[in-house]
Parts: sequence; C-alpha cells; structure tokens
Amino acid sequence: MKQYVIIGGGVASVGCIEGIRSVDKEGRIVVLSGEGRPVYCRPLISYFLQGKTDPEKMKYRPDEFYAENNCEVVYEKAAAIDPARKTVTLESGESIPYDSLCVATGSSPFVPAFEGLDTVENKYGFMTMDDALALDGAVGPDSDVLIVGAGLIGLKCAEGLCGRAKSITVCDIAPRVLSSILDGDCAALMQKSLEDHGVRFELSDSAERFNINTAYMKSGKVLRFDILVLAVGVRPNDSLVGEAGGVCDRGIRVDTHMRTSLEDVYAAGDCARGYDASTGEDRVLAILPNAVMQGRCAGINMAGGDEVFDKAIPMNAIGFFGLHALTAGSYAGELHEVPAGEGVKRLYVNGGLLSGFILIGDAAGAGVYTAMIREKTPVDSVDFGLLRTSPSMAAFSAQYRRKTLGEVV
Amino acid sequence: MKRVFVNEEWCLGCHLCEYYCAFANSGLADMARALKDRDIFPRIRVEDTGKVTYALSCRHCTDPLCVKSCISGALTKVPTGAVCIDKDKCVGCYTCILVCPYGAVTAGEHGAVQKCELCLENACGSPACVRGCPNRAIVYEER
Repeated sequence: MKQYVIIGGGVASVGCIEGIRSVDKEGRIVVLSGEGRPVYCRPLISYFLQGKTDPEKMKYRPDEFYAENNCEVVYEKAAAIDPARKTVTLESGESIPYDSLCVATGSSPFVPAFEGLDTVENKYGFMTMDDALALDGAVGPDSDVLIVGAGLIGLKCAEGLCGRAKSITVCDIAPRVLSSILDGDCAALMQKSLEDHGVRFELSDSAERFNINTAYMKSGKVLRFDILVLAVGVRPNDSLVGEAGGVCDRGIRVDTHMRTSLEDVYAAGDCARGYDASTGEDRVLAILPNAVMQGRCAGINMAGGDEVFDKAIPMNAIGFFGLHALTAGSYAGELHEVPAGEGVKRLYVNGGLLSGFILIGDAAGAGVYTAMIREKTPVDSVDFGLLRTSPSMAAFSAQYRRKTLGEVV
Repeated sequence: MKRVFVNEEWCLGCHLCEYYCAFANSGLADMARALKDRDIFPRIRVEDTGKVTYALSCRHCTDPLCVKSCISGALTKVPTGAVCIDKDKCVGCYTCILVCPYGAVTAGEHGAVQKCELCLENACGSPACVRGCPNRAIVYEER
C-alpha cells in the first residue's frame, strides 16, 4: 500500500487528497497541517470581520471530509524533507516516510525590516483565521487602524473593518490601490468605493519608521494608530524544498504535472511557481482556484495517473461594498475600451487572442472572456463585435452552441 | 444524470422559461404575486441577438470550474452530479461568474450568486423551464 504525505492543510491539500482518491482509494494519506484547524476558506476572513460569515460556514469541506477520505491529519509543522531516504521530519523530531509527497505549504506575509517595528505591540498580519480572530478581538469603536499595503489583502481587511473602528487608513508605496491587477483609473474607482465608506488613503508614501503607536512616513506625515495591519505582500513557503536541494526561484519550480525537481515530490498552491498559460512564462499564481486545481493535478499524478494542468491564468474577482472588479490574463496588446456606464470594460487582444480583461461594475458573463483566454480561442473564430458588448454563446459558432447546450460538457 | 438541454432551432425566444424559473424559485404559490411588477431573477436566460435565440442555464459540467474555483465552498457537485449552491455559505465574491465559460452563473437578488439547480431544491421537483417550454426547445433527459 502506497503512503502519501501532504505538507499543508489548505485548499491545495484538499485538491491533492481528492486527486489521489480519484485514482487510489486504498493508499494511506498523512496530512501535516501547521495551522491547528481543519481546512477553511481563507479568503473569507475579511467577510468574517464584516460579520457576513462565521467559522462554521467558513468550513471548506464538511467535518467528515478527512475521515471519509481516510486521511490521517497531524497538526504539526514539517521541519525537513529528506529526498534520499524519502522521509519528512516533523518539528517534534518524528520522521514520516513517503512514497509520494506533495508540498502545499502556501505563502507567508512578507514583512519589510521597518525600523522600530519591534516597538509596536498591536501589530497583525491578515492571512489566517488566527490573524482574523486576533484582529476581531482587538478592534473596537475607538481604534485607529493603519493598514500597510493597498493590495488585495490590505483592502479586503479595510472593508472587513469598516464600521468597526474609529478610523481606517491604508498606506502604500505604490501610487494606486490594487496595483498588481488594476491600472490607474480602474484603481481610482475601487479606491473611491472604500473612501465612500470612510477609509482614508496615503498613497505614494510608506513608513520610514515606527515608534510604539506612531508611523513616521517618508513624506514627513505622522500617523498615529492603535492597531497596525501589515499587508505588504506574501512570499512562497519554498524553503523545505529548497533546503532539500529542490529547484526554487521565489517559489518551488513545478512542471505542468506539478512535479518538482525532486523525485516523487510534487508541489501545489501558493508555494509553487508554475506555468502561466496567459503569458507562457512561469510564475506564482497565488489564487484559490489555481491552488485547488494544481493540488488535484498533483494528487492524480502521485497516485499513478497522468494529469496535466497547463491552463492556469491570473484572475481575480474582488469587490468592495457591492462594486465588483473582475480581471484575468495579461494587459498586453491592443486595448478595446467598451462603454460600460459608470463602470469599466477593457478587453486586450494580442496576437489574435484575447489576452486579458478588466471589468468593473457589470460582471455578467465574465467567464466567457476568461474561457477564451484559458482556451486560447482565436478572436477571428467568434463574432468579436458582438462579444465586445455582450459576452455570450451567441458570438460563437452554431456548432459550438450545439455542443455546449445539447451535449454533456 | 438527467440534464437540461436546449435546441436553439426550436427556441421561439418567448422568455416563458424565465418566468417559469423565477416562479418556481420564488417559493410563492401565486404566480402574479411572484412575478407581476417585480424584477425577476431567473436562473435560465434567453439570449437573443435577433438572428439567434436560445435559452441558457447551468450545464452541470462533469468537471465544473465553478466548483473548483469557489472560495467559500458554497458550490458543490452533489452525488447525483448536479452542481448546487449553498446560499448561506456564498459571500457573493463572483469568482464563479469569472470562471463559468457559459455565463450560466449570475448575480442573485440578495448578494449570493444564483444558478440552475434543476428545480431539485424547490417545490417543483423537475425543471420548471422544461415543463413550461411551449415548443419543447428545452428538454430534461439523459444524454
């Protein structure tokens, strides 16, 4: 009987378990989880702060999931991988042998070496349930909150805390919010949706040093706070594989089978650097759908299947107070700006393919565009004039519709 | 499993399926109270370009991207093969709208998204759109 070990207890780990079990119902699966709780929906921690969900509803899988899939969960962190002896050593010193290993260790907040940060007592990250619970307990109607980082994590944290604190200020060295996924005027729209709810922004500015409950900014501004949230960025947790001699490059290098450079060692999720179908280059795509699909691919291959996952693309759905921004792909090539009322609709065409899009406001049918990027559907094979304004099956051939509407897909 | 299939050559573009769907999922016994003078939120939608008209609802894919992409665990493929949504778990993030290749998941009335659940979750018991289609352009069968 084969022994599978999965390092990590997040959604990539779940994908891996389900992938293994789709092939091998018998083998032993050991899951090492450093977080001390069964898998939950991490991206929902901001909704938890808002009171829109609770720990019970945040369960990613039912309580019986691990038992039903015959998994043994060990709530302990892995300390080392020995690829020669094919063992994983736990922090306790215990050694667990594997026939096939999946590293799904996720990512960790990146905290720059701010001067005086050690003097700040009330500082928090915003990645995990523990972070959210700590913040939930600390914030009060008299709290002034300073969030460092205007990316996806920092802004969802700001939304989650809206109405629960006296003030919320977000600062970022970048000149706009969500700089990794939005351009200038799109970013401004999303920023406004938060400003309308009282969130203040200090952009193009960063903290030079901290002292207890004060941030001294590069601009000379002085920001007082009761609670500091650090949401500067994340780094892939690739050190276990790196220290074992596996190839890492700010992320564990994986091929389209999710194999690392170490024999019988796979990786999936935010720790892995894999193929981005929208650019053809390798990168870390730290988004939940990618983690689940990579995990599943890894699991199938670990169990002896032959699965390829080469359709990962960057994509994000993020919203604040009902204003949604949906983005996918890369913003390379010719821009098609389509009127979208008070929102935005931008399609990018590159080399005869839809390479990316930004939709703000009306999200309807966005997946039709996403599928074109993922499947590399030539723009000239569809009625692009129609598709620009209305993402629908009507822009595709009658044959395609017969297949999708009349057959099992 | 039985699914809803659409034959666009027979679709009249009458939109009756939308009304039957919205009524079946309203939870109300009176059609006028459910539909008259109200914004309706059907899970099946007639797309009509003037040249082409057809009804579109969830394909209940064998390997659904929406389920794999759902950040809240609200979308699941139940043992019968149907793709279902737990509206209590859904936070309305729209990731499923971002990934559904057919545009079959849509924004719902109360924040959560909505999609066809084959009327297995409501009092109807089998797809109301199929029963109401006057030209049998929409069918519910095994293929």
